[in-house]
Amino acid sequence: MAPSEQEPEQQAQRIGIPAESTAGETRVAATPATVARLVALGYHVVVEPGAGELSRFSDAAYEQAGARLGDPWPADIVLKVNGPSSEEIGRLRDGTTLIALIGPAHNPELVEELALRTITVLAMDAVPRISRAQSLDVLSSMANIAGYRAVVEAAHAFGRFFTGQVTAAGKVPPAKVLVAGAGVAGLAAIGAAHSLGAVVRATDPRPEVAEQVRSLGGEFLEVRPEHAELEVSSDGYAKATSDDYNRLAARLYAEQAVDVDIIVTTALIPGRPAPRLITAEDVARMKPGSVIVDMAAAQGGNVEGTVAGKAVVTDNDVTIIGYTDLPGRLPAQASQLYGTNLVNLMKLLTPGKDGRLVLDFEDVVQRSMTVVRDGEKTWPPPPVQVSAAPAQTPAQGGPEQAAAPDTETKPARSRRSGYALVGAGALALFLVTAFSPPQLIAHFTVFVLAIVIGFYVIGHVHHALHTPLMSVTNAISGIVVVGALLQIGHGNTVVTVLSFAAILLASINVFGGFAVTRRMLGMFSKG
Amino acid sequence: MTTATAAEAAYVVAALLFILSLAGLSQHRTSRSGVVWGIAGMVIALAATVGLASRSITVTGLVLIAVATAVGAGIGLWRARVVEMTGMPELIAIMHSLVGLAAAFVGWNGYLDVDAGGHTGQEITGSLLRIHHAEVFIGVFIGAVTFTGSVVAYLKLSARIKSRPLMLPGRHVLNLGALAAFAVLTAAFVARPHMGLLIAVTVVALALGAHLVASIGGGDMPVVVSMLNSYSGWAAAASGFLLANNLLIVTGALVGSSGAYLSYIMCKAMNRSFLSVIAGGFGGETAVASDGADQGEHREISAEETAELLQDASSVIITPGYGMAVAQAQYPVAELARKLRERGVDVRFGIHPVAGRLPGHMNVLLAEANVPYDIVLEMDEINDDFAATSVVLVIGANDTVNPSAAEDPASPIAGMPVLHVWQAAQVVVFKRSMATGYAGVQNPLFFRENSQMLFGDAKQRVEDILRSLDATAAPVPAMVGTNR
Repeated sequence: MAPSEQEPEQQAQRIGIPAESTAGETRVAATPATVARLVALGYHVVVEPGAGELSRFSDAAYEQAGARLGDPWPADIVLKVNGPSSEEIGRLRDGTTLIALIGPAHNPELVEELALRTITVLAMDAVPRISRAQSLDVLSSMANIAGYRAVVEAAHAFGRFFTGQVTAAGKVPPAKVLVAGAGVAGLAAIGAAHSLGAVVRATDPRPEVAEQVRSLGGEFLEVRPEHAELEVSSDGYAKATSDDYNRLAARLYAEQAVDVDIIVTTALIPGRPAPRLITAEDVARMKPGSVIVDMAAAQGGNVEGTVAGKAVVTDNDVTIIGYTDLPGRLPAQASQLYGTNLVNLMKLLTPGKDGRLVLDFEDVVQRSMTVVRDGEKTWPPPPVQVSAAPAQTPAQGGPEQAAAPDTETKPARSRRSGYALVGAGALALFLVTAFSPPQLIAHFTVFVLAIVIGFYVIGHVHHALHTPLMSVTNAISGIVVVGALLQIGHGNTVVTVLSFAAILLASINVFGGFAVTRRMLGMFSKG
Repeated sequence: MTTATAAEAAYVVAALLFILSLAGLSQHRTSRSGVVWGIAGMVIALAATVGLASRSITVTGLVLIAVATAVGAGIGLWRARVVEMTGMPELIAIMHSLVGLAAAFVGWNGYLDVDAGGHTGQEITGSLLRIHHAEVFIGVFIGAVTFTGSVVAYLKLSARIKSRPLMLPGRHVLNLGALAAFAVLTAAFVARPHMGLLIAVTVVALALGAHLVASIGGGDMPVVVSMLNSYSGWAAAASGFLLANNLLIVTGALVGSSGAYLSYIMCKAMNRSFLSVIAGGFGGETAVASDGADQGEHREISAEETAELLQDASSVIITPGYGMAVAQAQYPVAELARKLRERGVDVRFGIHPVAGRLPGHMNVLLAEANVPYDIVLEMDEINDDFAATSVVLVIGANDTVNPSAAEDPASPIAGMPVLHVWQAAQVVVFKRSMATGYAGVQNPLFFRENSQMLFGDAKQRVEDILRSLDATAAPVPAMVGTNR
């Protein structure tokens, strides 16, 4: 671990929590609850007065949690929600570490501007999608809130119940909701809409999410192109889809638009404009009073006619909601989750729990998030492969582990020792065989080939079948009975007695082994 | 076509059927036909051998064959019928010992037949005779090692002796010394065959087999059992060389290499070196228990609270370990899974490759309790789903769910692949006490904020949960939208 050389003295560092300056931003980077956890990590926390006001956290609550009120900008570490303005960058001290939502892929100018200062910047929205980093993944936590809020906004704009009811005043059919894209936001929307009583359908190019959709009470509408390819990307996001898929999906959306009351679209591809899913014709065919929530509005929108940040009503009375601040509409919740993400990051960055931030560039998570280090631009980071993607090859140690630099040399080294091992084995086998009488050579040939077959035959054995496999090989190895059969009854009493015993023992194996295997396999049943 | 060529032809067919059998066993779909192939191969092989042997042996011999086979079949079928599925590892271990013993007998016979004046019609002279001597030795050696090794494994698995690893001073020297003694004795025997030498090598092999397995602890038994499986195959192959019988060679090699490969898979799952397993006595070095003083507090939960938790869950993953087998809890666990599934909860099982005392042991236990196999997933299939899971029930597993293997490079089990249960929203750990697992490593999982401990016997606790579930009425179904 290489500590960053920014604070020679050993005292605990200060964390500053400024009030957000972006218009309409209601969130704050720390809540009283997360402040207490930062203090537990050994830090001093300074909160700008009024920082939590819009999230309903009073200054007194922060003070009670152990924070001091004051100017947050001269702190050693500044935690923010949004990227800083030029004026705010100017207020940072040299050597400060800034942690916020930078959006380095969308805002290259901001990264350049930050790199002009001798500061270190970590982007909360650049967390790699690996299991270990999930607790820091602010995109997931915000998407979760946004998905929920999208449904609440839709329900608000929709003039009817979500749930179906039979009342004295007549029967009310349930609302039908279509959720496009079953990522974190999509799944949250499915869950929320289902809880409200709506009939929920969902689409996604990745067929493997069907199960998650169903687990939340949604129905998965699958688009199955003829040349089905695996729509899983190596970085855990849905990737751009094939033309074939797009054509079929467009047909599906056109059909669904006529039928459903509410559409929530969540399709985003990192670093690209949002894909257009719902055309103006689709919108025109929707029933009057229907609602569309376009969660990709900030990236251009999935729906033709979306206006980012606004709700518009079309000629046929369909409301298209393009709010881009959905998480901020639940400010207390969003601040709490964002603050917890930050605490988890600070835990990672504070290995000594002593209030000293240590940046470890060997760690892929920390490396990926760091966009500027001591005034030096470190964006984009080397690519990280995600554990969520199915392994391309069953063998481990393949090139997909290239994320950590020190493992890169390993396959090469093991390959070299592999060559040496195979070479030595081949040589030994050659010598043994070459000096053997012909009869033995024939046996050796059979022996060696059988070993290889044994290896390959069970190479892909299903893990659940290990025990039956073992008991069947156990039965088969009772074949040693053949040897005893050939030896018995040739006059020599000792030989006959030993053979008799061997036949008896091996028969136990043969019969017992096969019987118990059958019994076991009989129990395996499909549900 | 003579009887001899007919027998050889039958052997080729039998060998192919065995290969088909092993291949069939690698898939659920084909597993049952795999067993049928295996039985067919065995029937053909035995019929051909008896046909071959009947040319030259007396009627008494044939009667003896019939009696031995009948008695053996009776015992085998009886054991197979009555064995408890939790007792499967013991059964398989003791069966390996039988093959080993039989192979050792065949080896002894090979010596008595040719060298001590007996006569099977095989005239062996010159260099072939020397090779024959070496084959006798190798056959007896492997057979005897398999025999005592399996017996010790059986005793450990059935808890008749302590499963703690035996730590003799200089155990590696002892093992190597036994191998060296084997080499020296073989050379001496090839030069001048003598009954005394054969007795000596048998004793050395018996001692080596016992010591190899005695020095391995109970938690590593999956590897040991599959390694012994491999040894029993090699023993059969050695008999094949001795008798110049291709069927024995092929079958022995098949079993030997497939068993070795299985052990290799197990080793990888435990992040252990394959060599150190074969050498025996691994695992002892890791017994440094880090003190749990700075781990923080663990929280307890009651069975009733667990039931409530499960009722509100949308998805549940159950990760069983050896503790479930010990407590015989597979039936109530299966019942719990069934009840929850009826209520619309997505229940799945996550199985670590080395859970239990036998590869695939947990799968067999769950199958016994009628858990459909398509909701029983292995580690690699389910590990990415934990994050989206509401509740994980850890039943009798410890080291296989230890987060320090993934997160703490200083941990003795660092790098061992584990089930990432801690990523779930809630984790309930069924455990008898706060004792450490087999590896003697403290488990930080127990102290996580999302973990709660449910102490007591796993079977009783699961039954308590079932009662609580029954006591509360089934949830009112939503009016619409349960369109599953």
